[in-house]
Amino acid sequence: MSRIGEAFERCRAEGRKAFIPFLAAGDPDLPATAAALQILDRAGADVIELGIPFSDPIADGPIIQASYQRALEGSVSLEKTLAYLGHLRLRAPLLLFTYLNPLLQLGRRWSEPDLPAESGLHRLAREAAQAGVGGVLVSDLTPEEAARYRDVFQSHALDTVFLVAPTTTEIRLPKILSCCSGFVYLIARTGVTGRQTVLTRSIENHIDAIRRHCSLPVAIGFGMRTPDDVRRGCAVADGVVVGSAIVEALHRCVGRQNWELEFARTIGEFVEATRNGGSRRHSG
Amino acid sequence: MAPLQELEAAYIRCCGDTTFREELDALLREYVGRPTPLTFAARLSRELAARIYFKREDLCHTGAHKINNALGQALLARRMGKRRIVAETGAGQHGVAAATVCALLGLECCVYMGVEDMARQELNVFRMRLLGADVVPVRSGSRTLKDAINETMRDWVSNVEQTHYLLGSVLGPHPYPRMVRDFQSVIGREARAQILEKEARLPDVLIACVGGGSNSLGLFYPFLGDDAVAMVGVEAGGRGSGLGEHAARFRGGSPGVLHGCYTYLLQDTDGQIAPTHSISAGLDYAAVGPEHALLHDAGRIRFTAASDGEALRACRILAETEGLISALESAHAVAELLKDPASWRGRLIIVNLSGRGDKDMSTLREEIEKGAPERPSGDEG
Repeated sequence: MSRIGEAFERCRAEGRKAFIPFLAAGDPDLPATAAALQILDRAGADVIELGIPFSDPIADGPIIQASYQRALEGSVSLEKTLAYLGHLRLRAPLLLFTYLNPLLQLGRRWSEPDLPAESGLHRLAREAAQAGVGGVLVSDLTPEEAARYRDVFQSHALDTVFLVAPTTTEIRLPKILSCCSGFVYLIARTGVTGRQTVLTRSIENHIDAIRRHCSLPVAIGFGMRTPDDVRRGCAVADGVVVGSAIVEALHRCVGRQNWELEFARTIGEFVEATRNGGSRRHSG
Repeated sequence: MAPLQELEAAYIRCCGDTTFREELDALLREYVGRPTPLTFAARLSRELAARIYFKREDLCHTGAHKINNALGQALLARRMGKRRIVAETGAGQHGVAAATVCALLGLECCVYMGVEDMARQELNVFRMRLLGADVVPVRSGSRTLKDAINETMRDWVSNVEQTHYLLGSVLGPHPYPRMVRDFQSVIGREARAQILEKEARLPDVLIACVGGGSNSLGLFYPFLGDDAVAMVGVEAGGRGSGLGEHAARFRGGSPGVLHGCYTYLLQDTDGQIAPTHSISAGLDYAAVGPEHALLHDAGRIRFTAASDGEALRACRILAETEGLISALESAHAVAELLKDPASWRGRLIIVNLSGRGDKDMSTLREEIEKGAPERPSGDEG
């Protein structure tokens, strides 16, 4: 079983849901990211999503856009991120959240001239695994185009996670799910990251549809802004992703005196919500 | 994917539907003013010892070729039961075209435009609002076309049920590149029939400016099977050859993925999309349409570039020689004729005059008053 698979398995065994926080690498800089990752890890994050900044993040709302913008001003890159994080020994596996182009270009750059084109991707997968990455989610990579990435990543025991949207038809669902490993990421509403989501009955229908086709854990994300949102999410899914709210929390407190404590406190409230979430009914 | 698949299915249905075709053709005729003339440029032809024709997309209603695609997609959107259109715009011509067809068909219209572009195309912003569209300034990223596309896509994915994304060029996720090319092909279909009627033979060369690629592909596409017809696409050479100083994707770019398609992009070594520059907002974009990328690699289209200075100069020369005031974008195509005039001797040429220059009057005046330097772009191609 993969590291991400094991993380969900542990949650299940302990009768709780998975807490999956998201941070942007390099916002405001890699040392701060490393410190924040350690705080998330110690607070009990089960899987940690690490966003790789991109100049044109079409799936992201203003909070993550601004975060990526700040990180890019510091010239962060996928290569620098993997190199920097190599020394961290986190308990939780990282899920790399990236757009395709930065991945494609690094894979190209790392390709050996006399070896097949895949050699660059293999090196990338190897270095990612060494840096504590347990899986990759490429937000603009469709299942139709994913074959070579899946082959390479899975050969290094890295999970490939894909997004399922509320607009995904039941006809298309099996195709997406057949590419997924580790878990299935269900977007809680139509739209981009950040704006608050009110969970409705239809989310349960989507989760049921997913469960009809595969037995992987399902985590929901996009618009999970408060501990209450997380509680409601936990009532229906196996885990909840919290992105913009955590990015914003870090941005607000980083640089201040004792920011680590303040950040840890905020995270604690989210973790608490995943512990109590399973027993509460959501207000759909 | 679902909205894209729904769009593709609806589009294919319309392709096979004669009433759709008839409705579109009637509006292209009665509202847009098609067919546009293929104007013989007598004085320019004499100067270059060639036979030069301009395909007059500047005479379309709204002043550019953009409306050919906007009308097609708006009719399609109405067929699909959508009530709202979102669109991105760079120079504003596509935004104006979108606002225009929405006013015509009674659809709600929201246009996203980068604040940098809004500043240099104030007239078009006013026109869009006069036509009843909402113009939303985009302040993220580089605040130009690519950021407007990002914001439009974000709106679309958030409002997909009632909204159609009226994409303005041969870019983006499938089926847009094909659909936009099909709608713009009316340009080339007409030009082909017109040149055969006037000259009893096919042209030697077609020349067009290339931003996203819709006007050029619209002209070129119906001639693709005519092997003896050469094709030249002119990109924005901007003010220099460094990354960020131009928008010549085939000079300084490499293959990558942006906005749902795989094509030549201007990017840095980490795969971040690079800033671009051109005096003409409509050519100022980091990616070129994927079909252009294919045709470039196949050697079917030769790509070159014209600098800001060369485009400005071409604009003035065309105005003084033929009484045609072209858009700065289209002036890049004209600049190609003027770069090495002797090379066109004896040839039969069609240049796509993709738009008229009213929107560029203030830029032209500023540059002329500044005494803009006319540096060559250093093109050896």
